[in-house]
Amino acid sequence: MMYRRRASPLHAARAAAGCAWCLALAIAALMASNPILLGAVTVAVLAAGALAGVGRQLGRAALWGVPVALAIMLVNALVTRDGLTVILRLGDLPILGQTDVTLEATVYGAMLGLRAVALILCGLLYTLAVDPDEVLRLFRRVSFRSALTAAVATRMVPVLIRDGRRLADAQRCRPGPPPSRLALMRAACTGVLDRALDVAAALEVRGYGSARRPPAHRRAYSRHDVAFLASAVAIVAVSVTARLDPAAAFAAYPELHLAAGAQALLLAAALPAVALLPFAARRGVSR
Amino acid sequence: MSAVELRGVTYTYPGAPAPALRDVTLDIAPGELVVVAGGSGSGKSTLLRAISGLAPHFHGGTFAGQAIVAGMDTREHGPGELAQAVGTLFQDPETQVVTGTVRAELAFGLENRGLSPAEVARGVEEAALALAIDQLLERSTAELSGGELQRVALGAALAGRPEVVVLDEPTSQLDPVAGDELLGLLRRANEDFEATIVLAEHRLERCLGAADRVIVLTGGQIVCDASPEEFLAWAGRAAPNLQTPGARLLSAVGVAPAVGVKRARGALRQAGLLPERAREIEPRWAGPPGSGRARRRERVARASAALRLDRVWHELRSGPVILRDLSLTVAPDERVALMGRNGAGKSTLLRHAAGLVKPTRGTVAAAGRVALLLQNPTDYLVHETVAAEAPPRALEVVGLGGAEFAARHPRDLSGGEKQRLALAIVLGDIDDVDARPAVVCLDEPTRGMDRDHKHQLAELLCRLGTAVVVATHDPEFAAAFAERVVLLADGAPIADGSAAEVLAGGSYFATETARILGGLGGALTPAQGTALIERRTAAREAIALAGRWEPSPCWRWPWPPGLPGTSASGPMHGSSRWWGRWRRSPRSGGSRLPPCPMSSPPPTSSSSPGTRSAVRPGLPSAPWPR
Repeated sequence: MMYRRRASPLHAARAAAGCAWCLALAIAALMASNPILLGAVTVAVLAAGALAGVGRQLGRAALWGVPVALAIMLVNALVTRDGLTVILRLGDLPILGQTDVTLEATVYGAMLGLRAVALILCGLLYTLAVDPDEVLRLFRRVSFRSALTAAVATRMVPVLIRDGRRLADAQRCRPGPPPSRLALMRAACTGVLDRALDVAAALEVRGYGSARRPPAHRRAYSRHDVAFLASAVAIVAVSVTARLDPAAAFAAYPELHLAAGAQALLLAAALPAVALLPFAARRGVSR
Repeated sequence: MSAVELRGVTYTYPGAPAPALRDVTLDIAPGELVVVAGGSGSGKSTLLRAISGLAPHFHGGTFAGQAIVAGMDTREHGPGELAQAVGTLFQDPETQVVTGTVRAELAFGLENRGLSPAEVARGVEEAALALAIDQLLERSTAELSGGELQRVALGAALAGRPEVVVLDEPTSQLDPVAGDELLGLLRRANEDFEATIVLAEHRLERCLGAADRVIVLTGGQIVCDASPEEFLAWAGRAAPNLQTPGARLLSAVGVAPAVGVKRARGALRQAGLLPERAREIEPRWAGPPGSGRARRRERVARASAALRLDRVWHELRSGPVILRDLSLTVAPDERVALMGRNGAGKSTLLRHAAGLVKPTRGTVAAAGRVALLLQNPTDYLVHETVAAEAPPRALEVVGLGGAEFAARHPRDLSGGEKQRLALAIVLGDIDDVDARPAVVCLDEPTRGMDRDHKHQLAELLCRLGTAVVVATHDPEFAAAFAERVVLLADGAPIADGSAAEVLAGGSYFATETARILGGLGGALTPAQGTALIERRTAAREAIALAGRWEPSPCWRWPWPPGLPGTSASGPMHGSSRWWGRWRRSPRSGGSRLPPCPMSSPPPTSSSSPGTRSAVRPGLPSAPWPR
C-alpha cells in the first residue's frame, strides 16, 4: 500500500494536480448530502483507481471498509432517537435505555458509513498515485522540516513492518517457552529507537541539519496537469451545485426524503464523468 | 592543502569509560583513496564519523583537538554544513534511503544544499550515469535489492561530487559480485572526480588493490600509516590478523607480500613456486547437482540425512519464484556453505529448513530440531542479562559461559559476542538429547565481523558436531569451516561439491589463495596453499637430488614421475585427480588435509607470523557428548 510509479495519467500528473484532484474528490464526498451523489463519488474513486492501475488495492480497501461502514450504520441506528419509521424495537437496553431502531437512522448511518468508505478510498488513492517525494518538494518551501518528517515517517513504515516480521521470526526460532510480551515489547522499542538513530544520522550527513529553503521548481504544465486541475475544479463545482440545488436534496429525518429526479441523476452522472475525463488522455503517461 | 586534516583528535562517546579515538593526527591529500583497517572496536567508524562531523555534533561526548575537512573545522561546522563537501555511506543501505524513488534520493542532498533545479537535475543525472543506475531512476526505493540500494546510497553520497567521501564497510551486506562492483565504482569515482575516499573495511583483500594508503587503528590510535605494500609487510610482523590471505600465503613460503592477486601470483612465479601459466593444470569444477559425484553423494546422504529438501518450490503470490525445484540433502555432521548472489534463495532455503515458511511444492524433512540463526543477532536478544538469554551449557559452548558475561546486558556485547549469544539461544538446552538440534543453520553470520571473530566462529562451527548449514557471501569463511559448498543461482543449485571443488575454480566465489594459485590443487586457505607449495618444492628438490628430473630454467611445475596424477611423460592435466588421491591417501606424501580447515596446523611463526593457534583458550574441545 505505497506509491509506485505506474503508467497512468494520474501518476503522470504533477503532485500538485494529483493532490488537488484527490482533495476535490474528498470534498465531493464530504459535501454530498444525497446518497446517489455519494455513491457516484465512490464509484468515481474506484473507477479512477482501476484506470490508474491501483484498482486491486482500492478494491481490497473497499472490502475492508465494509465492516467499518456497517459498524457506523449500527451505532447510528442504536444511538439516534430521530426518525418516525420504527423497524425494530429492542426494548430497554443497559446504558442505551429504551431503544427503537428507525429506518431513517439506519439509512442515515449507512450514508455516514458510505461517506467514510469514500473518504478512505480517496486517501488511499492519493497514497497510491501521488508521488510523496514531489509532495515533499511541494511543501518543503512552506515548512521543510514538517514535510520531511512526514515523508520519512511514511518511508519508515514499511521498514518497521519488516523489522517487526524479523523480530517475530527470530522469536519463532527460539527453542523453549517464548519470552514474555513485556520483554518482546521492550526489544521491539529498542529496535525502533536504533532504527530511528540510524535514520537520523543518515539525514544529518545528507545535509538535513542545514537544509536551506529550496528555490522554486518550475516545470511546464503537461496535458495531464491541466486535465486533473480542471477536473478538480469541475468536481468541486458539481458538488457545490448539487449541494445548493433543491432538486438533489436529501433529508433523513423525520422521514426519508430523497430527490431522485432527472436533475439529481444528471448531477450524479456528471460527477464521475468530470472526474474520469482526464484518464482519457493516454499520451505521455510513462516516464 | 589537505582534504582531511586531523590534529591530536581525541574523542570520547558520552558515558564511555575510555576514548574511542586517542590523539589521532592525520593528513589525507586530495584525491587519495585511503583504507582504514583495524579490528572491531578499534575506532574505524568513529574516525569516519569524526570526519563527517557526526562526532561530536550528533553523538555528543567530548572532542579534543582539531579536525579540518575540506577547509571546514568540524568544531564549528556540523554534519549538515560538512555535507556540502563530504559524502557519507554507512553499512546498512536500508536506513540511509529516506525518500520514495531513486531520483528523489539522489536529488535529496543536492536540494538540501539549496542548489537550483537545473543543478540538481544535472547532479542527479551525472551520479546516475557514473554509477550505472540511470535505469533505476524512476524505480521505487522499496523495490530495490540490497546491492541496488547500496548503489543508490553511494550515488546519493557522490551526487554533486563531494570533495571527500567516507564509507563505513559499504560492502558488508553485499555478495562478492556486488561488492566488487561497488569497489570498482568507488575507484572510478576516485579517478574521474578526484574524490578523496576514506574507506573502512574488514575484508582488506577486496580493496587493497585500489588503495593508495592504509591506516590501521588499534584502541583508537593510529598504529600504521603506510602504502598497501608496506602495510602488508607491517601486518606480517605486528598485526597478523590484518594480513590478507594472499599475504599470509606469500609470507608463509618466504616471499615478500604483494598487493592483489595478479602481483601475488607474479611474486610466486618469480620465486619459482608457481607454474608459468596458472591454467596449465585445470582446476576441477564441481559438477552440476544431480549428476555424477553429486548424485552419488546424494544417495549416500539420503540414508541418514539430517536435513532433506526434496524438490522444493517457493513461489510468491503475484511475484517471482524464489526456490525452483530445489533438492538438497545434508548428512549428520556435515558442514555446508550456501553461496550465491543476493536474491539467489539462500535465506529462503534456510527458512524452509527451519519451518518458518512452507514450500508451495515439495517437502522438507529434518532428523530433529533445526536451529536457525537469522542475519541480525540483535533480534534474538530480549532479556536483561546474558545469563537469562540462554541455558548455561549453550553459553559455555559458545564461549560466553564465564562469570564476566553472565550479568552483562546482551545489547552491550560486541558484534561477535552478540552473534555467539544468539547462537547459544538457538542451540537451546543441548544437555537434553531430545531438544538438541539436528541441524544448525546460520544466515550471513559474518556480516561486519573482523577476521578474529570469523576465525572464532568457524572454529565453533567445526566443533559443534552437528550438521551445519551456513549461508554466506564470504568465500574465506566458507573455506574455513565448510566441507561442502552449494552454489545457488535463481533459486536452484548450480554447483554442489567439496569446498575445494567449488571455491577453487571460480573468480568471484573463490578465496584469494585459490585465485592466486589459479585453483591449483584445490587449495583454498593460506595454510593449504603453503602446504601444497612446500610439498611440491620438497618433491622437486628430492627429484633434482636424485638426478631423475631436471627443472628447466623456465620451471613449470614439479610433476615428478611416480607421483599420483603424473605419467612418465610428465604431468597429467587435471591436477584435481592427483589432489583427490592425495587427500584420500596421506601416505602419498605431505600431511593430509585436516577435516576442518580452520583447525589445520598453521605454519610456524617464522614462516607465517600471521597465523594463530588452532585451539583458542576458553573454548571447550567438544560441545556435547556424541
